[in-house]
Amino acid sequence: MLKAIQSRLHQGYRTNAFPERDPALPARYRGLPVLDGARCDACGDCVERCPTDAIAVRGPGMLDGAFTQNAASSEVRAHIATELSLDLGRCLFCGECETACPSGAIHFSGSFRMGARAKEGLRLRTELAQTTSALSNARTAADSVRDETAGARAALPESRVEGQLIEALDARMRAVFGRAMKIRQVSAGGCNACEADINVLETIGFDLSRFGIAITASPRHADALLVTGPVSKNMELALKKTYDAMPEPKIVIAVGACAISGGIFAGSPDVCGGADTVIPVDLYLPGCPPHPMTILNGMLALLGRVSGYKKNLT
Amino acid sequence: MKLFTHGTSVLLDDIPLLAFERFAEEARGAIAEGASVLSFFALQDDIAQLYLFLGFPERGTIGGLRAQVDRSYPSLTPALPQAQLFEREIFENTGIVPEGHPWLKPVRAIMDYDFYALDGGQTHEVAVGPVHAGVIEPGHFRFQCYGEDVEHLEIALGYQHRGVERAILAWPEKKRIHLVETAAGDTTVGHAIAYSSALETLSEIAPDARAEIIRGIALELERMANHIGDLGALAGDVGYLPTKSFCGRLRGDVLNLSAELCGNRFGRGIVRVGGVGIDLDAKLAAMLAERLTSVLRDTDEAVALLWDSPSVLARFERTGALTRETALELGLVGPSARACGIERDVRADYPSGAYRFSTIPVSVSNEGDVYARALVRMLEYRRSGETVLEWLHNLPTAGAVHSLGVTEENGARMETGVPRLQPNSVAVSLVEGWRGQVCHCAITDARGGLRHYKIVDPSFHNWPGLAYALRGQQISDFPLCNKSFNLSYCGFDL
Ligand code: SF4
Ligand code: SF4
Repeated sequence: MLKAIQSRLHQGYRTNAFPERDPALPARYRGLPVLDGARCDACGDCVERCPTDAIAVRGPGMLDGAFTQNAASSEVRAHIATELSLDLGRCLFCGECETACPSGAIHFSGSFRMGARAKEGLRLRTELAQTTSALSNARTAADSVRDETAGARAALPESRVEGQLIEALDARMRAVFGRAMKIRQVSAGGCNACEADINVLETIGFDLSRFGIAITASPRHADALLVTGPVSKNMELALKKTYDAMPEPKIVIAVGACAISGGIFAGSPDVCGGADTVIPVDLYLPGCPPHPMTILNGMLALLGRVSGYKKNLT
Repeated sequence: MKLFTHGTSVLLDDIPLLAFERFAEEARGAIAEGASVLSFFALQDDIAQLYLFLGFPERGTIGGLRAQVDRSYPSLTPALPQAQLFEREIFENTGIVPEGHPWLKPVRAIMDYDFYALDGGQTHEVAVGPVHAGVIEPGHFRFQCYGEDVEHLEIALGYQHRGVERAILAWPEKKRIHLVETAAGDTTVGHAIAYSSALETLSEIAPDARAEIIRGIALELERMANHIGDLGALAGDVGYLPTKSFCGRLRGDVLNLSAELCGNRFGRGIVRVGGVGIDLDAKLAAMLAERLTSVLRDTDEAVALLWDSPSVLARFERTGALTRETALELGLVGPSARACGIERDVRADYPSGAYRFSTIPVSVSNEGDVYARALVRMLEYRRSGETVLEWLHNLPTAGAVHSLGVTEENGARMETGVPRLQPNSVAVSLVEGWRGQVCHCAITDARGGLRHYKIVDPSFHNWPGLAYALRGQQISDFPLCNKSFNLSYCGFDL
C-alpha cells in the first residue's frame, strides 16, 4: 500500500492541458496536409504513388482521379490540369505523396485539427498556376517564403495551418449531449489501431471523463456511436442492430479512413466501404488511425466545447 | 522433405511432391520430433496441392512438403491436433474435404451453425458478442456452463474479415505494404517485416545492417508497447488501479517513441521492401534512448506493484492454466506458449535481421496460468527495452544506408520500386511479433508475379488455447483469461 502511494507520487500528474494548451506532438507526425497549387506542375508523381487514390490532379477532359504518367505529355498536362486535390477521407497519411512530389506542393503540417460534418468537407483543393511562366513565377515567390522560414516544416506561414473547423451540433443537440455524452464503440473490420487510439483517450494522459464523455457497454445507454473499420460484410448486421438499439437522439462518428471510405480496403468485396453505407454519419474524423488528439478535438468541437481557431483552411 | 533456412527462396520443384500417405507420415514424424506447423494451405489450379511448412526450432530450419490431392484427403487432425484450424481453413477456402476431421466447422464464414451444447437440467449457455462491452474488436463467444463453471467455450470468429490475402494478390503492388501493415494494426511492424523479408528473399535483396537494426528497434518497441499495455489491462481486470493507470500512460509513451521515428504511433512507414522508410540521426537516437530509459524506470516501478500485491497474485495464480502438453498439442506460439514452459521464440530459434547481431534471452515460465503469461510479458518488455537501448547506442554507420537508396537527409525515404521476384519459387518468413510467430508465405508464378500469399498471425495458433484455458474456470474469470492471451481478431480473420 505504501509502495503504491509512493509510486503514485513518483509517477506524477500526466493529463495533458488540452483544450487550454495543445500537447506537443512528435516532429515527424503527419497532420493536416497543405496543398500549394502555385508549386504543382501537374506531373502526377503523387497520384502514381498514392495507395488509395486519395490525391488527384484534375482538369477539364481529364479522367477523374485516374491520372497517369502517360495520360498526356507534361506540357499538355501542365496546361489542362487546373486543380490538385486530396481527399482526407481516403488518405492514410502515409506521406508517400509528399516524398514523391518533386516540387514541394504537398506538405503535411503538424495540425491534428481535422474532421468534417459532411464528406465534401474532407476534400482539400487548390487551384494550379495555369501557365508555365505563371508557374515559375509562383515557384520563385514560394521559394522566397520557404527561404525565410528556413528549417520550418512549411512553405506556408504556420498560421494557415490552424486546422479544419468542425461545425458544432445545433443548440438542441448540444443541450442534450454538451455536458455528458456516452459513447458506444463498434469495430467493424477495424485493424485495432483506430480502436487503440480511441481506448487511449480513457487513460490518464487524456482523461476523457473530465469532459463528461465516457464509453458505455450498452447501446441502450449510448448517445454516440463511434464506428471504426471499413464495415466488413460480416459486421454489417451487427452495426445496424447496434445503431437501431440506441435511443434517439443519437449521433454517429466515423473514426479513421476505413470507416469514412473503406480506407485501404475500399473495393474489397468483403467490406461495405465505410460506416455511411449502413447508417447515417454526423462526423468524419480522418487518419489511419487518427491521432487521439484528432478524435478528442473532433468530439469536443462537435459538442461546441472547443473554439479558438481563427481560420478554416482552404 | 525439403529443408531450408529463413531467408532462402526455394524452387517449387525442389519441394517434394508426395503421395498423401507419405506426406502424412513425414508430417507426423517431424511433429513427433518437435516440429510445429508454420503454415498449411492448398493451391488449386487444374490440380489441387497441399503445401505444408514445418518449423524445426532446435535446428533453425524450415521444412516444406507437398501432396497432390483430389477433392478430399484423410484428415491429419486426429493425429495432429494443431492442424485442425488449418484444415478447416483449407476446406472453407477451397472445398477440399479433410475426411474424418473431428469438427469441420466455419473459420471465418458467418452462417447458421449449431454450437456445441451441453444437455442437462442445471447447465446453461451464455452467448457474448460479436459486439463486446468495451472498445474491442468483434467476435462471438459461446460458453457452456454448469453453475458458474465453464465446461466448454467455443469461439466463433470471422466478423473482421476484410479479404486481406486476396487483395494482396489482386491489387496493385503499391497497396500491398499498407495491406500488411493493417492486417493486424497492433502488429504493424511484425507483419510488415514478415512481408518485406518474404519479398526480399524472393528477389535476393538484402537490407543492410542499419536498416535491420532500425526494424529491430521498431519491432521491440511494438512488443514493449503491447506488453506494457497488457500488464496494465490485467491489473485493471483484477481491479488494481494504480498499475492500470500508470501502464495506460506508459504504453502511450512507447507508442509515441514509434511516432518520433516515423510519425505514426503504430510504426506505419518504418518497414519497406528493401529496407526502411525512415532514418534517424544521432540526436534522435539519443532522444529516444533518454525517453525510453525513463519509460523503463517508470514501468518497472508500476509493474513491481503487481508482484507486491497479494490480492493481485491471488487472482493471477492458477487462473486459466494450460499444461505444457496441451500447449504443444495445440501448437501455441509466443508468450502464451512460453508461459507453459515451451522455450520457443523466433528471435532465438530462427534468428534473422537484427537478431543475428544481438541475442535476446528467451523468457519462459512454467505455470501456464495468467500469472505466467504476465510474468513472461514482464521479462520480455524489460529485455526488449535493454536491447533497444543497446541498438540505439550502437547504430551501424549512416553510410551503409546509401545502398538502400535512403539519402542521408533525416526522414528521407528509399526508392521502393517493384522488386523482381524469382519465378516458381516460395519464400517463408518468420517474425516473432509481440503475440508470437508471424508467418508469411509467398509463392510466385512462372513470370515472377505473386501467385499465392498466406499470412498466419500468431492468433491463428492461439485462439484454441484460450478456449482450453477456460475449461473448469469460473465464467467471471473470462475477461482476465482473455486479456492474458490478448489475441487478435482481425489478424485471425484477415
Ligand atoms: S498521404 Fe494520403 S494522399 Fe498522400 S499518398 Fe498517402 S494516402 Fe495518398
Ligand atoms: S483507418 Fe487505418 S488504423 Fe483505422 S482501422 Fe482502418 S486501417 Fe486501421
